[in-house]
Amino acid sequence: MHVFDVIGPVMVGPSSSHTAGAVRIARVARIILQEEIKKAKVILHGSFAETYMGHGTDRAIIGGLMGFSTDDIRIRDSIKIAEEAGKEFNIETGFLGDVHPNTVLIEAEGMSGRVVSVLGSSIGGGNIAIKKINGVEVDFSGRYHILIIEHKDRPGAVAVVTGILGRNNTNIAIMKVYRSYKGGKAIMVIETDQSVDEGIINEIKGQPNILDVTSINLI
Amino acid sequence: MITYKSVQELVDKALEAGKSISELVLSDQSLQLETTEEDLYRKMEENFEVMKQSIEEGLKCGRSPSGLSGGAAQKLRFAVNAGQNIGGRIFSETLVKALAVAEYNASTGKIVAAPTAGSCGIIPAVLVTITEEKGLSEDSVVKSLFAAAGIGMVIANRASISGAEGGCQAECGSASAMAAAAAVELLGGSPYQAANACAIALKNTLGLVCDPVAGLVEIPCIKRNAMGAANALVAAELALAGIESAIPADEVIDAMKSVGELMPESLKETAKGGLAATPSAKRIARQLFKNG
Repeated sequence: MHVFDVIGPVMVGPSSSHTAGAVRIARVARIILQEEIKKAKVILHGSFAETYMGHGTDRAIIGGLMGFSTDDIRIRDSIKIAEEAGKEFNIETGFLGDVHPNTVLIEAEGMSGRVVSVLGSSIGGGNIAIKKINGVEVDFSGRYHILIIEHKDRPGAVAVVTGILGRNNTNIAIMKVYRSYKGGKAIMVIETDQSVDEGIINEIKGQPNILDVTSINLI
Repeated sequence: MITYKSVQELVDKALEAGKSISELVLSDQSLQLETTEEDLYRKMEENFEVMKQSIEEGLKCGRSPSGLSGGAAQKLRFAVNAGQNIGGRIFSETLVKALAVAEYNASTGKIVAAPTAGSCGIIPAVLVTITEEKGLSEDSVVKSLFAAAGIGMVIANRASISGAEGGCQAECGSASAMAAAAAVELLGGSPYQAANACAIALKNTLGLVCDPVAGLVEIPCIKRNAMGAANALVAAELALAGIESAIPADEVIDAMKSVGELMPESLKETAKGGLAATPSAKRIARQLFKNG
């Protein structure tokens, strides 16, 4: 947490948790997909589901899916902009289990047909917590630079990645490793103090057992 | 490095370094974010510009998209200019600005969440009014925002700044406490007095529920911004006179957290209880959703 988490963000109203936080979660889906989103199914839970109409949570999420930032005044008209661009964005309400009251599940499909699902909670003041990516449990806030590395659950996979980061003077603030099952697909979520440039990402991508690398910068 | 888990820590470290809380937070954040104090100051200055703009725009904006709000700041400004206000100039002008920013937010305008959008009018109203009316430098008000931020981070870490988690006490209450502490620094008070202002402001808003009519950040949110700003002036005035809070700020924050946990879901931004459950609120909600 830093000063601009509580004096900020600069944002389009009316609600930091229901508008700005919602934009940020949707942006995570857009960034992970690394391409324009063609269609998306969105399920709003709890307070999101109860009050989304009044807070413009639907407009916020649709804006975020199109890559708008929290202070982008186009959020006001995002539903119309999406319609005109021929996007298929469906907003529904539903129950997502024992999660934070402001939680949303986004299943998005990019122009190439690539899909991603993101479960995220808006935890107050525009701050968010991403809880699941593609069904795998994660937990990160977007307060640091984030690397999401999909890899095979094999010995040494983590050491190779941390070695590369260390040699490039990139300090790890928080790191978590999750796997679907032993020997299966796993995800490393690494939050770093410094941004990670294209060269480092490509070096990691070139290593054995690494399936995909995504860099997210929400700062 | 500062953990921002206690107001006492801010006071102790500020005294130890012979600094104000704002100076302490500015220098610590520049270390933690690996950026210069000048860059952080500049970013805060940009946010302050957005705050000032939102006051100006809010005094011009019409009704909100729902049609439920708009025009309150203009009415009060008119009354103040006509000399019909009860309070002195600083008090009434603070209310005008708090209403203006909150109304601008409701009309999907661009604001600074401080700490949240629902409570965005309180800090700009208090700090801009004091600066203008007392003829203080813009430099000092931008700096004081770092004191507000220090207090806000402690409240967020120790309790919550989310209405869905802690009710309106966590939003307008927190903003009021942040504004009160910053106002004390702006007017030359000590770090200890700033901590007392934080404690007093938060004590006065303890138990405040989040019950937005039809789920919109309009009724009662806009007028609660005026209340939060007024309450910040009360707390700063008391603290600057040397009045202490018998319950230290950290314990008040802990009490706020526990009150928030005891609050039923219906009173935490779900629009199911409190004012949102009154016959008038239900009628408003029915009309809105029929048309929308």
